[in-house]
Amino acid sequence: MEAVDGSPIWQATAWTGSAPTVRGATEDSRWLQRLLIGLSVGFLTLMLFAPLAAVFVEAFKKGPGAYFASFRDPYAWSAIRLTLLTAAVAVPANLAFGLAASWAIAKFHFRGKALLITLIDLPFAVAPVVSGLIYVLVFGMNGWFGAWLARYDVQVIFAVPGVILATMFVTFPFIARELIPLMTEQGTEEEQAAISLGANGWQTFFRVTLPNVKWALLYGVILTSARAMGEFGAVSVVSGHLRGRTNTVPLHVETLYNEYNFVAAFAVASLLAMIALATLALKTAVEWRKERELAEAARGPC
Amino acid sequence: MAIEVAHISKSFGAFKALDDVSLKVNDGELVALLGPSGSGKTTLLRIIAGLETPDRHPDAAIRFQNEDVSGRAVGERGVGFVFQHYALFRHMTVFENVAFGLRVRRRATRPSKEEIRDRVERLLALVQLSQFSRRYPSQLSGGQRQRVALARALAVEPQVLLLDEPFGALDAKVRQGLRAWLRRLHDEIHVTSVLVTHDQEEALEVADRVVIMNNAKIEQVGPPDEVFHQAKTEFVMEFLGQVNVFRGRVRLGKATLGELTVDYPPYKDDAERPATVYMRPHEFRIQRHRNGQPNFAAKVARIHSAGALARILLRTNAGEDVLVDLSLEEFGRLRLREGETVYLYPQNARVFVPQLASCAASGEYAI
Repeated sequence: MEAVDGSPIWQATAWTGSAPTVRGATEDSRWLQRLLIGLSVGFLTLMLFAPLAAVFVEAFKKGPGAYFASFRDPYAWSAIRLTLLTAAVAVPANLAFGLAASWAIAKFHFRGKALLITLIDLPFAVAPVVSGLIYVLVFGMNGWFGAWLARYDVQVIFAVPGVILATMFVTFPFIARELIPLMTEQGTEEEQAAISLGANGWQTFFRVTLPNVKWALLYGVILTSARAMGEFGAVSVVSGHLRGRTNTVPLHVETLYNEYNFVAAFAVASLLAMIALATLALKTAVEWRKERELAEAARGPC
Repeated sequence: MAIEVAHISKSFGAFKALDDVSLKVNDGELVALLGPSGSGKTTLLRIIAGLETPDRHPDAAIRFQNEDVSGRAVGERGVGFVFQHYALFRHMTVFENVAFGLRVRRRATRPSKEEIRDRVERLLALVQLSQFSRRYPSQLSGGQRQRVALARALAVEPQVLLLDEPFGALDAKVRQGLRAWLRRLHDEIHVTSVLVTHDQEEALEVADRVVIMNNAKIEQVGPPDEVFHQAKTEFVMEFLGQVNVFRGRVRLGKATLGELTVDYPPYKDDAERPATVYMRPHEFRIQRHRNGQPNFAAKVARIHSAGALARILLRTNAGEDVLVDLSLEEFGRLRLREGETVYLYPQNARVFVPQLASCAASGEYAI
């Protein structure tokens, strides 16, 4: 998921082919360069760009009228609302938990720290379907707490709480994974300085800790949101695919597709595709701003 | 404000960082805590600041001007702490860094915007950084960052200034300058200051008094020339400056090492005991002939004369190395050559007998 230095692996790596000086080597290297670029572009077109384009082509196959008609379906609206609700709960919750976990891991020494770090990574390691099944096992009717919850008339599995819980589980590592390396590297000296200058805990957190990690945090939030809205596997297990009640956008796409309603399926899928594109744009914008800020700060004395 | 710590111990797991340490710092004094790494000096400083809590002990106390501050949090002790790596707030400008301590105050005690600006500007002028107020820490040199850290600590008008290895991360030239500057600053503002360092030159040059620490304990406290010239323990003797160490024996009020015998009145017993004898390189005279004074023979092994002193390395007949510093004048008069045998006349020796109660048994005896 992540490179050692804390930068996610999907970050584009700069082409590092060095400028050759020897003539013979020049020809060789240029030839190799073209081949490699051609290969990557071809691969990306085939595997990423073509499917993305196909989503929109299929969605508009019967014209814009049919495309927009897909969204007039009340089930589509309910799926969109549920997806937004899920993200609206999961993202702030993971923001809070992720910050707390990173803070604890980066700034304190305690027993079982290594175990906690491993646990944070668990949702990345486990297949999403398994994550869903875990919740069914714990909260389902025949699960550990199912009967107890039923007594209080609380339904988790095949209901909205289950969808939200499963989404939170799957998206938990994004923020913590962004923050832990950064906070560990920054250490606690600035916080100690703030406290020695008379700041209280909240002032220290909001004026020193948070500003120091704001870009990583924003980055984590963007990734969490994207994943929360796009999660399929875990949610699929716990939701029960109840139309109009527990169907999220990805599940709704699947339902439509299984009913051979291709235009509607791809129309709704195009929403997800647009979210993905927006995420990429936002991510790039954040990176760009961060770089600029760093460059500004690093500009030497004039 | 006078500082007093009494019976302070601190353990980190199995490691004992401080072992029943007591110390008094007078009002307006600049005291240096000096010792090798791991000696407990930084822990002591952090305990004074309130950044660490000492182990529980019925007599343990930290008093500022006779008032026990053990229960007070670091922010309520009125201390200014300068961190080893400065710990400047990286996302704030120099101005904002220095203003931080004032801006986080409760409304009732917070100065007005104009007052804060005035005070920060005055402090930046004091540390000679007025034109840098809009810069970020990453745009400053190490020495400049150090001065920002100091200004930031002074902004809250601390009763006590605590500095943890303040010049540790700077290169030698900058250190020299800042060291002299810090001393001048202290003479100007007279705030009681405690400085941690592992650099003896720094401690001896800057401080009013030096506290030498080793192995979680204080070895000796005193003005720089006193700790240097009248070391009370073997550790201080070896830690400060260069010294020649000889293994000898004591018996009947005399210490003998090889062909040399020196008086050592504290030990009058008939039973022989091992002793360690220390002689500083500058406390020797070299002659080509023997006279009546105590002396021993040694062969000149190497000569370094590129410096303020000529440094001569000699080897005794027993194979021990002896380092001797001569003034260039004396060196020029003698015209020593490598390989020749000369006679060393120690002017001063300090004898320590390990098994006896440490302080009473160790002493300095002119020969």
